[in-house]
Amino acid sequence: MISLANPTRFLSLVDRVVPWLSALVVIVLGIGLYLSLFVAPPDYQQGETVKIMFVHVPSAWLGMFGYMLIAIAALGTLIWRHPLADVAAKTAAPIGATFTFIALVTGSLWGKPMWGTYWVWDARLTSMLILLLLYLGLIALWQAIDEPGRAGRAAAILGLVGAINIPIIKFSVDWWNTLHQPESIFRMGGPTIDPSLLTPLFVMAAGFTALFVLLHLIAMRAEILRRRVHALQQTQVERAALAEA
Amino acid sequence: MSAGFALLAREVRLAWREGGAIGVALGFYLIVVVITPLGLGPDLNLLARIAPGILWVGLLLAALLSAGRIFDNDYEDGTLDVLATGPLPLPVVAGLKCLAHWLTTGIPLVLLAPILGLLLNLPMGTFPSLMLAMLAGTPAVSFVAGIGASLTLGLRRSGLLLALLVVPLYVPILIFGVSAVTPYVSGPNSIWPPFFILCALSLASVVLAPLAAAAALRTALR
Repeated sequence: MISLANPTRFLSLVDRVVPWLSALVVIVLGIGLYLSLFVAPPDYQQGETVKIMFVHVPSAWLGMFGYMLIAIAALGTLIWRHPLADVAAKTAAPIGATFTFIALVTGSLWGKPMWGTYWVWDARLTSMLILLLLYLGLIALWQAIDEPGRAGRAAAILGLVGAINIPIIKFSVDWWNTLHQPESIFRMGGPTIDPSLLTPLFVMAAGFTALFVLLHLIAMRAEILRRRVHALQQTQVERAALAEA
Repeated sequence: MSAGFALLAREVRLAWREGGAIGVALGFYLIVVVITPLGLGPDLNLLARIAPGILWVGLLLAALLSAGRIFDNDYEDGTLDVLATGPLPLPVVAGLKCLAHWLTTGIPLVLLAPILGLLLNLPMGTFPSLMLAMLAGTPAVSFVAGIGASLTLGLRRSGLLLALLVVPLYVPILIFGVSAVTPYVSGPNSIWPPFFILCALSLASVVLAPLAAAAALRTALR
């Protein structure tokens, strides 16, 4: 972690990793899509719509993973002042928000044939929607503060406050209403999903996670380069102002 | 200790003498509650059923409207810099200012709520629980608003941003606040479980929010 504090070293690492990771994403997602679309049997109750789950569940996991990443990066910003932590936090927010959004959209597409309506105010849907709102708040705060140093620390504080709140929000929304099917994969006594559906799900989850990491690395590289361009432009303006004076 | 009391007294005095500040929040609360039946129709049974929700949502919005005031004026005229270098630790300063917001905005809003409850045909039996729940929950409202106010200090369109940042954090207060408004004093639907959770939320935010707000103030003052 410490050796990566040098952005140049980090950039060269990203340059080396990105081609391999891209290939990995294509292969794993290809296998996962093949398994889930052609190999996995339709569910006896849900029919072919069960296959929405192969996109829905990994997106939901990564939506939550993204916020966890932001909370860890926030600690990195506030405690260790790691120079890449706020870059990581800033670039993770739109990606996490997008996965959360995909989870909500695929969930509602699945809900129409299954529950008869696109949206129900069920506890888990509602928590995901609030997670999306937390993401939007973070993105808006990044946009509102021009100076990257202050924006990074403010967003880190908000990210931590949100991370403390998420379990409370989850608990309160569960108390409020529950209709979504209970957790069926990570639970006591093993999963309730048939292995023929579980294998493609895990392959898809692995592929989505690799995709998240790939997108995040590319976004971090873009953000570092954007800041360099900005700094260069600023020195040019200052030099021009000096030359005129 | 005396510095703390002096600061609290100053904040409360400023809020009272500024006029407007408290009045605007109360007026906003009134207008939100008045406009809802106009949108929903005058069915008194429906209104009675949704009254707790309207009263809580209106209270949260009215409290948010005045939340920018917690730090804004002192930031603009430099008082905050003086306070930051003064004898009181910054989290204590932030906490006292949030406490002053609760005293001057939270409590007046809670006192207005039962009157607005009459407009919404809120059943008489639920008035005590409404007051208790709001008194227990509004400290959390003020202190969490303090985090938002310190994060958006001195930004453009800070009011709208503040609402976007803070409203998702109000979800637990809203849910337990509404479920605590009930005429039952015992049994599974009694007021007590949500009421105690509201107390817990308030106590936790009284302890934690000043730390977050102080950290955010330091980034703004730097």
